[in-house]
Amino acid sequence: MRLDKTEISLGLVALACVLFGFVSPGWLIFLLTIALAKALVVQGVVMQMRSGLVSFGQGLFYCIGGYTVGMGGQFFGIHDAIAALSLGMFVAIVVAMLLGLLLTRYREIFFAMLSLAFSMILFGILVKSQELGSTDGFNVHDWTLFGWAPEAGAGSQHTVFTMTVVSGLIVAVLIHRYTKAGIGVICEAVRENEVRVEYLGLSPRWLLYGNYVAAAAVSALGGGLTALATGHVDPEMAYWTTSGEFVFIALLGGLGHVAAPFIAAIVFSFVRTYAIEFVPHTWQMILGFTLLAVIIFLPKGLWSLVSREKTGERA
Amino acid sequence: MTCILETRSLNKEFGAVIAAKDLNVQINKGEVVGVIGSNGAGKTTFINMVTGYLKPTRGEILFNGKSIMGHSPRAITRAGMARSFQVAQLFPEMTVIDNLIVALAAAESARPSFLSPLRSDARIARAEEILREFGVENYRDSLVTAVPQGARKLVDIAMALIGNPQMLLLDEPTSGVSVDEKTDLMDTVMNAVRQHGVTVLFVEHDMDVVERYVSRVLAFYSGEIIADGEPAAVLADQQVRDLVTGHRPTTKQGNGAS
Ligand SMILES: Nc1ncnc2c1ncn2[C@@H]1O[C@H](COP(=O)(O)OP(=O)(O)OP(=O)(O)O)[C@@H](O)[C@H]1O
Ligand SMILES: [Mg+2]
Repeated sequence: MRLDKTEISLGLVALACVLFGFVSPGWLIFLLTIALAKALVVQGVVMQMRSGLVSFGQGLFYCIGGYTVGMGGQFFGIHDAIAALSLGMFVAIVVAMLLGLLLTRYREIFFAMLSLAFSMILFGILVKSQELGSTDGFNVHDWTLFGWAPEAGAGSQHTVFTMTVVSGLIVAVLIHRYTKAGIGVICEAVRENEVRVEYLGLSPRWLLYGNYVAAAAVSALGGGLTALATGHVDPEMAYWTTSGEFVFIALLGGLGHVAAPFIAAIVFSFVRTYAIEFVPHTWQMILGFTLLAVIIFLPKGLWSLVSREKTGERA
Repeated sequence: MTCILETRSLNKEFGAVIAAKDLNVQINKGEVVGVIGSNGAGKTTFINMVTGYLKPTRGEILFNGKSIMGHSPRAITRAGMARSFQVAQLFPEMTVIDNLIVALAAAESARPSFLSPLRSDARIARAEEILREFGVENYRDSLVTAVPQGARKLVDIAMALIGNPQMLLLDEPTSGVSVDEKTDLMDTVMNAVRQHGVTVLFVEHDMDVVERYVSRVLAFYSGEIIADGEPAAVLADQQVRDLVTGHRPTTKQGNGAS
């Protein structure tokens, strides 16, 4: 397996992050963990945006990932973090394979609204489920990693952070390859001209289906990591404002590079944290203006700040 | 001679408009057929029905003796019938060579790979060969929206040929191309087509182009085929002259039908 320049850079940045984890204060570790985990969900949104579809319901898979990790620990005795995260991805894949059959018939606003509808249905079900704590949700059981139990608090937070960075690296490398592979490029081709794709003997619908399922798995991983990091899950994860946040971060970062969602998610988390702290009642407005500024001045997202000179190069 | 494409009483109605009326066509392997007809005569509708894009109101379509009624465009493409479009259908945000590479990958497999790179050395090399074959190598790295109309048309046709079809339907390959460039463009296309041994049907408004390349002409008028035969005979037909070509003198004044 040969690594290209982007992959090596991603690896180095990930290594730097892991090392930074040893010296950084706990609150910062926590903020970064949540930001990176959300960035994974955003990667799922971005994968679909490349194919021309905007999912306003990616919270569905975020929530499925989180709840599977939570329920696995509470009810089924699955305490190993890796097993729980994998199970979350598996459940998301199964759900996506079912919903995808319907969703891939739709485009544009219809796809957006339908994906939103499904996440709201899950929200409704969870709110009605007393055993799952209704609107309060429930706490995630203490977990282990290959039989080793990190000490509660700082120790476990540090472990989740490292796990999130490593997952982020693996997903980033895979997505980087995916976007340059047959399916990635042809999904962009579907966005550009579906008729032509059909007349090349390919099925746009099945391409979008494969892409939708892959995106769901990635997003569920983000949800599972969030659950491990916060130690708690609640139905809010499937609420439409959560999905809206993922779309927001996706637009903030742009589609230019696999690293963009990570950077955007970190920027977003900082802006929100400080906005809430210093101007508690206007932070939504601040986010609104941030997005407005990005759309007007950087229509291709924050990544265009990085890639100014490299225009023309296709990632 | 074996028949490759056959339609039996093919009909298409758009509300009150009859775009195809009892079309009975038999195209034999290896033929080069020209389709003429004024605007709105039903030429594109015919191609759209045959390639699965439009559902006929009534009738039957056979490709290599088998019915392809109700098949999707991609199934028909995979079965060996390719087409180009009146307005070139390309991927506008991709370069010319990337357009070809996508077509090459599609031709190799209906299931694109999840992880191995699309732009492999082998595909790039093959795409470059095709660029040269079609004389558009200068536009290799240009976005397709930035290249002249004629080159866009050629890329569109090249993409159709990449799947090694048995039959190729070209909808006005020379439209939007200046009169002097038409012959060059058609020479390029017909050379490529001959090398692939493909049966061709193309829609064309310019009678000089038609006469130059085809062995047979179908004349459409108002959804019907009013003449079918050798070019000289069809173009001399009184009804065709009245309804399709106009009273075209022997000089090349005008653009044929419009
Ligand atoms: N999708 C459609 N809906 C309604 N009417 C249509 C549709 N497509 C074609 N028609 C009508 O069917 C008739 C035949 O159209 P068609 O596009 O096949 O003509 P054409 O011979 O290709 O003409 P041109 O030389 O202008 O390309 C026209 O009257 C057209 O208006
Ligand atoms: Mg037409």
